[in-house]
Amino acid sequence: MDILRFITAGSVDDGKSTLIGRLLYDSKSILVDQLEALEKQSKNKNADGIDLALLTDGLRAEREQGITIDVAYRYFSTPKRKFIIADAPGHVQYTRNMITGASNSSLIIILIDARAGVIEQTRRHSIIASLLKMPHVVVAINKMDLVDFSEERFNEIKADYEKVAAQLNLGNVTYVPISALLGDNIVDHSETMSWYTGPSLLEFLEAVEVASDINHKDPRFQVQYVIRPQTAELHDYRGYAGQIISGVYKTGDKIKILPAGIDSTITKIEVGGKEVNEAFPPQAAVLHIADDIDISRGDTFAHVDNLPKVANEIEVVLCWLDNKPLIQGNKYFLQHKGRLLKTIVRNVAYKVDVNTLERIPAEDGVKLNEVVHATIKTAAPLVYDHFDTLSDYGNAILVDETSNSTVAAVLLN
Amino acid sequence: MGEYTLDYLEQLEAESIYIFREVAAQFEKPALLFSGGKDSITLVQLAKKAFAPGKIPFPLVHIDTGHNFPEALAYRDALAKEVGAELIVRKVEDTIKQKHLTEPKGKFASRNWLQIHTLLDTIEEFKFDACIGGARRDEEKARAKERIFSVRDEFGQWEPKLQRPELWNIYNGRIHKGENVRVFPISNWTELDVWNYIKKEEIPLPSIYFAHEREVLEHEGQLIAVSDYITIDETDVISTKKVRYRTVGDMTCTAAVESSATTLDEVVNEIMATRISERGETRIDDRVTEAAMEDRKKGGYF
Repeated sequence: MDILRFITAGSVDDGKSTLIGRLLYDSKSILVDQLEALEKQSKNKNADGIDLALLTDGLRAEREQGITIDVAYRYFSTPKRKFIIADAPGHVQYTRNMITGASNSSLIIILIDARAGVIEQTRRHSIIASLLKMPHVVVAINKMDLVDFSEERFNEIKADYEKVAAQLNLGNVTYVPISALLGDNIVDHSETMSWYTGPSLLEFLEAVEVASDINHKDPRFQVQYVIRPQTAELHDYRGYAGQIISGVYKTGDKIKILPAGIDSTITKIEVGGKEVNEAFPPQAAVLHIADDIDISRGDTFAHVDNLPKVANEIEVVLCWLDNKPLIQGNKYFLQHKGRLLKTIVRNVAYKVDVNTLERIPAEDGVKLNEVVHATIKTAAPLVYDHFDTLSDYGNAILVDETSNSTVAAVLLN
Repeated sequence: MGEYTLDYLEQLEAESIYIFREVAAQFEKPALLFSGGKDSITLVQLAKKAFAPGKIPFPLVHIDTGHNFPEALAYRDALAKEVGAELIVRKVEDTIKQKHLTEPKGKFASRNWLQIHTLLDTIEEFKFDACIGGARRDEEKARAKERIFSVRDEFGQWEPKLQRPELWNIYNGRIHKGENVRVFPISNWTELDVWNYIKKEEIPLPSIYFAHEREVLEHEGQLIAVSDYITIDETDVISTKKVRYRTVGDMTCTAAVESSATTLDEVVNEIMATRISERGETRIDDRVTEAAMEDRKKGGYF
């Protein structure tokens, strides 16, 4: 049994809350007391006597203001998998939330209202999925009950979306016709849509292969914390703790420590306090090396014959997440995993319209929810990979020096 | 590549260990808030693994309401000794006396709200900049929206609208003086994940998690342990039942469940079969208002 993390993109109007409610309800993750509370509140009851959308009802602060503040995380499991849903609101002003949710997901469910077809919002969600290189996309064409469960309508929308997917280079797109309200093709196959022979949504989520998304060929490890007990019996113990980001590390491996550029050899590997011969992603490991070298948090251990990039002037895509606008020439902290570097945003080349992919001049400044191409300069060389080739070592954030807020998602190029 | 895969508990463990190490690296004075419950026991196990063979590089802090199960306190002391961590205990009773706080009244008067005062005073006393807690997002809808690194202002308040976006596994722990961060390393675990992990790792638990005979009174369908901390009325029917606890909080606000499960396997089987949520079945404090947790968090609670 493994974990699948996915994000649902769509608005209440697309039936997103009903879909999540349906997944939780049909997988029996909703318990009796929660159901009883729902039954009391439900006004829009379905055949089961409850309003599934209420299962994902938000905070009182949100209800009072009629808004959704944030990404909510939901959990359910089946005998095959544990699922973590990042439930993000889908409107344009929430691009920030979608990026946050998508950054921790390996699959996105894009909801389309079968009556409306592919709309601007669908394109926006798809552009974000493409920008963040999400490995799996499911297009759930919902409200099929409102278009007479029409195969023709399904094929029409599918053909429309295929054009979007081709333009955005989205791979691994799966199409499922559903009715979240009635439960068609969510867990069980729809009786009324016998023309659809593919898996139900849950069957697909249970089966989709995510283990192969993990990179096992380019070893990347960043020192997170140095373990030095300095007790009598562990006097000389010095272990470098961190997560295996990608690739596989074995004892005896020849490594290069970056950015210093010093070579050494791995002498011992520990995971959870036990010695092992090799470590792989996403294990939290402790590596020991042969030489006594000054190493601190943020240093990269790479294989001598497979090196990441080292640069201090880098082209980036910035997704701006803060209410304060981006000001060209301002200094920020760049946080790349555990490494913190002073950074200047030097040149903002252009904005990308997240609805159309068009390039727009960035002269009037960069505001919340905008995506821009820019150049940054770091105070010391950054050790990283291209986001498109090794996204796990090609992502970072910008932190405002004065407010300490996380102001941008950074894709390194 | 099949050999390089982790099962879900190993994945969750790796994520939590990563978070623990981020805390140790980013903060000067972290503390692990320890209640004696299964979630904080799981935290200690994860912290042990994160820093092995070294010791856990921060103290265990217990905010003692004075209404604890004696079994949980004994377990707390033994565990702190075993892992070699400093144990800091601060008592709500003392805060009540020093600050002339008013104790809530009622049949099951709980010090749940009052412990916020003691917690904030303790943070101030030791200048803790990060407090690690065992909250899980599956517990409750306010928790479902909270970050793993949750920045609190100098009053300990959670402001859902001002949360930092938390991208990939990059945790931004930078704070201003006076602020602190609450860190929840098992955010992505469910109740069943915690139980399965305890089983897999063979972590010993306080005896109250297993079926035992206890004097209880039945109140609105919930079984409350008879103790000096609750008011017993003449009309209450007290009986001895075989019960266990599914969650361990104060004796005043935690309900027991009838059970015959005496081993971890049996407990896990019962929890898998139950159709009632952990909080719904066992926490009296969340029943007061629908937004009880949201209010407590905004007031500085976990």
